[in-house]
Amino acid sequence: MSANHSDQDPAPPPSADAALTVEQAISQLQGEDLGLRFYAAWWLGKFRVREPAAISALIAALTDEDDRTAAGGYPLRRNAARALGKLGDRSAVPALINCLDCSDYYVREAAAQALEALGDPAAIPPLTQLLSATSAQLDQSQPTPSQPYDALLEALGSLGAVAAIPLIQSFLDHPTERVQYAAARAMYQLTGESAYGDRLIQALRGPSLQLRRAVLADLGAIGYLGAAEAIAQAHAENSLKLISLKGLIEHHIPEDPALSVPARVVEVMKLMDALL
Amino acid sequence: MLVMSNSIQADQLINAVAAADSAASLVRSVQALAAAQLPEAIPTLIATLGYNNPGAAVAAVTGLVSLGEAAVQPLLDLLDGYNYGARAWAIRALAEIGDPRALPTLLEAVQTDFALSVRRSAAKGLGYLHWHALPPEERSSGQKEAFLALAQVTDDPEWVVRYAVIVGLEALARVSVDQELISLIQEKIVERSLSDPDLTVRTRARLAQ
Repeated sequence: MSANHSDQDPAPPPSADAALTVEQAISQLQGEDLGLRFYAAWWLGKFRVREPAAISALIAALTDEDDRTAAGGYPLRRNAARALGKLGDRSAVPALINCLDCSDYYVREAAAQALEALGDPAAIPPLTQLLSATSAQLDQSQPTPSQPYDALLEALGSLGAVAAIPLIQSFLDHPTERVQYAAARAMYQLTGESAYGDRLIQALRGPSLQLRRAVLADLGAIGYLGAAEAIAQAHAENSLKLISLKGLIEHHIPEDPALSVPARVVEVMKLMDALL
Repeated sequence: MLVMSNSIQADQLINAVAAADSAASLVRSVQALAAAQLPEAIPTLIATLGYNNPGAAVAAVTGLVSLGEAAVQPLLDLLDGYNYGARAWAIRALAEIGDPRALPTLLEAVQTDFALSVRRSAAKGLGYLHWHALPPEERSSGQKEAFLALAQVTDDPEWVVRYAVIVGLEALARVSVDQELISLIQEKIVERSLSDPDLTVRTRARLAQ
């Protein structure tokens, strides 16, 4: 359920050129114009610019103090963290770990998602710590949670944080459904037990379209084949169901074309054909 | 026992769709309207495709497909040029009905529509038209047109469109009697199975061989 809402393409600021080059983007990221900096950070992630100069400029942007929202948020730090998650360079890991202490919720969320994407187990202890620091005082009265629980849980699941299983398990009963499903997703990844995948299948029948969409993404991410029929039947856009089913089977297709395609994969492809 | 006349029944079911006050009740009322299989319901079912409610849209497509030929001309006439979500569902309904009157619309959609969900449905539909409904000479020229359009988009930037192109080509090869066309199709499919950048698309092409 990686927060797609935070990953929409920003409109270029009025001061931006129509098309950037890599050099321009890197230099604008360090320039005076805050709008251009924000846009350049997004741009470098979007176009997967993996040059060392881009990485180091983005890492530097994680400690930016210039770009602040009225509420004290750090828009440039958020975009820089998201971009670093897409660039696959683990030299960003220590700086992203530092972002888990940032006062801005969305910076912490973006950092957790980036750490998940980079796949470095060094992030497990700090992610676990952040999750446990607040789990005791589950802030039910708050309109917004104090921590990006779903991002933290998903990251721990993807990073294989087996030691965190008891902590993650305690979030299966969290008052927010989205958080429960993130916990179920992580538990499936960490244990392979179908009960957790089945819990996500249950969620596909829930009344909220928004949540059903998020769960489709979860099931695709964890490759739970038992969910194929339920995904095909879910009340959601066919486009999202197709992406989910694609994710489901890609865990099970042999890369080597000399090997035969497993029968279960063929079954899922029949479901996909019917959704086109 | 008093039997409701069709038109009274249609009015009631159509009014229920208009009166639906939640996403779930809309789905239920569209399902009921679709199940009644009333030609009077066609414009309402088509309108439902634009409501951004996937559950209701699936029910409406099912209803339109079960009405078959009667729904084809209204679908072609009411194709929504401004709402790509609605257009994708309508193209999907046309593709499932398979009436060859939809051929020009599907050819245009697969090659020019900006919405990947529209191109995807059109690509599959081009393989599944009911070609036997056409006279033999139109049948073979139509199948060639369908192949040429699909060949144009085998390297569409969206994986799901390329996947649907394979599915369309596979179906086209199955119904064609033109050996030359069949081997052209097979070449395309083999090429995708070897060179497509996407693992799922390559695998689907392998299965189509």
